[in-house]
Amino acid sequence: MTHSQTDTLKEGHASIGDVVGIREQTAFQKMVASQAFWVGIALFVLVVFMTWLEPSFGTVDNTTNITRNFAPIAIMGLGMTVVLITGGIDLSVGSVMGLVAIVAGLLLTWHQPWYVAFGAGLLAGMACGAFNGFFVAYIGMPSFVVTLGMLSIARSAAVVLSGNQMLYQFGPDAPIVKAIGQAKWPRHTPDGWVPRWIPELSSHFWVMVILALIVGFVFIFTAWARHLFAIGGNEHAARLTGVPVDRVKFQAYVFSAFTASIASLLLLGYSGSAINAMGTGYELRVIAGTVIGGANLMGGYGTAFGAVIGSAFLEVIRNALLMAGIDSNWQGAFVGAFIILAVLLGMQTSGKSLRATLEGMFTWKRK
Amino acid sequence: MSVLDVRSVSKSFGAIRALSEVSFTVAAGEVVGLMGDNGAGKSTMVKLIAGNFPPSDGEIAVDGEVCHFHKPIEARGAGIEVVYQDLALADNLTAAQNVFLGREMKKGLWPFRVLDKQAMINRSANLFAELKSETRPRDLVKKMSGGQRQAVAIARTRLSNAKLVLMDEPTAAISVRQVAEVLELIRRLKSQSVSVMLISHRMPDVFAVCDRIIVMRRGSKVADKATENTSPEEITGLITGAIRDA
Repeated sequence: MTHSQTDTLKEGHASIGDVVGIREQTAFQKMVASQAFWVGIALFVLVVFMTWLEPSFGTVDNTTNITRNFAPIAIMGLGMTVVLITGGIDLSVGSVMGLVAIVAGLLLTWHQPWYVAFGAGLLAGMACGAFNGFFVAYIGMPSFVVTLGMLSIARSAAVVLSGNQMLYQFGPDAPIVKAIGQAKWPRHTPDGWVPRWIPELSSHFWVMVILALIVGFVFIFTAWARHLFAIGGNEHAARLTGVPVDRVKFQAYVFSAFTASIASLLLLGYSGSAINAMGTGYELRVIAGTVIGGANLMGGYGTAFGAVIGSAFLEVIRNALLMAGIDSNWQGAFVGAFIILAVLLGMQTSGKSLRATLEGMFTWKRK
Repeated sequence: MSVLDVRSVSKSFGAIRALSEVSFTVAAGEVVGLMGDNGAGKSTMVKLIAGNFPPSDGEIAVDGEVCHFHKPIEARGAGIEVVYQDLALADNLTAAQNVFLGREMKKGLWPFRVLDKQAMINRSANLFAELKSETRPRDLVKKMSGGQRQAVAIARTRLSNAKLVLMDEPTAAISVRQVAEVLELIRRLKSQSVSVMLISHRMPDVFAVCDRIIVMRRGSKVADKATENTSPEEITGLITGAIRDA
């Protein structure tokens, strides 16, 4: 930059920015331009408003609940973001959760140690991801079709394996499994080294934080993530420039299934039982969360922070609606409405502003 | 010794014979124009050399060694770089990210082997300065003009020590001033004894920079003449078929 500036000064020309009309964005401008930033602001406003409106909302206990409730969605959101960036979609995450819970639960009921059960659960989940990845990346099928198939296959396998029973008579390692799912930090101990106003945060929340930091690091600093973005931007170009497109896409689906497995095992530990219906409909919540956080369904854009903040936003809305006494059956309608709204807002970044879109709709109707 | 030696290469797609028995050579530091009407087999020829698919018959030798490319990356490994007509750029990435796409510079030790962003930005800035292009490494390609995008695609070929650069219609969609810059770049590549194959419809550009012009018609080579021994009129005749052979 400095080099070209001195050059232009010497020659007495205008700087590039003046001619071309685009300037390099500062870090602050980039932040302001991102959807995740504005969702974060909206979340903050919502939290402040709800705390003022409903005193029980802002309590330490409710904070513990909310952070635990959205953590599994955000964990899967991180995996979903990776897939969305490549321009794909993974509809199977909810069913993979069910299968993982049943596989791990069966092994626990057979008195296997917890690490064997969790390992087998992870393997089963990642096998589903490998299946998705193989057919999408190497066979070239649309991700929508393959993962929709897996949605059905994994759920069906979970039902068959479980004999359509709830599994809860876990062997000797049951306390360890529960401890993993129900752990909290920091604890409000009687000696009181932790002040009361700090919420006890669940293991789910901390796993999410660690995973989000790792994924965020990978997105910013590694060639693998750069290839993900390139594939989402122009898959053909990525292939021509020597990016291992098939391998990277395959890995994206395996990672998505991996995050679903982690979320499943945490929930298994929390409830102390395995049901084959675990995660039913979660794929929609996960996709909604990531899209609200700014991931693009067309590929090429997404952030780890967005996946977390979008999921948190959805959960706070859900929690707020419950507190406001609205029938919980309305949740689906709100999730759906937010997906549509988020994509509509996202259209602004791809050149066409929301206002222009709305104006276009109304002029079209008048004709 | 010639950098590229194409020996009686044929290519069929099912019943369609796209190329039949084409032979030519490109010497080091030589700029060769490849001309022909739509469907003459230019693109197929470029894709064969670039390693998109292997020939049905015949062989391609680089620096005297027979190569069997199945993927573009293999051709690149042998020192052949391509500037594609659609430029093969990812719009959502910056100029520097596109230049280094697929061969990112890294630093540190595994598992903390991370991108060396500053080095890539500096190197891209140098390449753009060499090209005298008004392109900044941190700008998104989505927001760039046609000429700037071209510069990004050309800068990419200069990363490695390419022996041969194939340019597919590099001057088709850019401004007059940028055309002059691209032609100047081709001359600069030549002066560094890099060979260039220029595939173009624009007669003035080909005559401005090429040492030799190869004309193709309906899958066969119909002429291979030094630029000083021919004229735009003759080349036009050869392309259209008004002149049978030369």
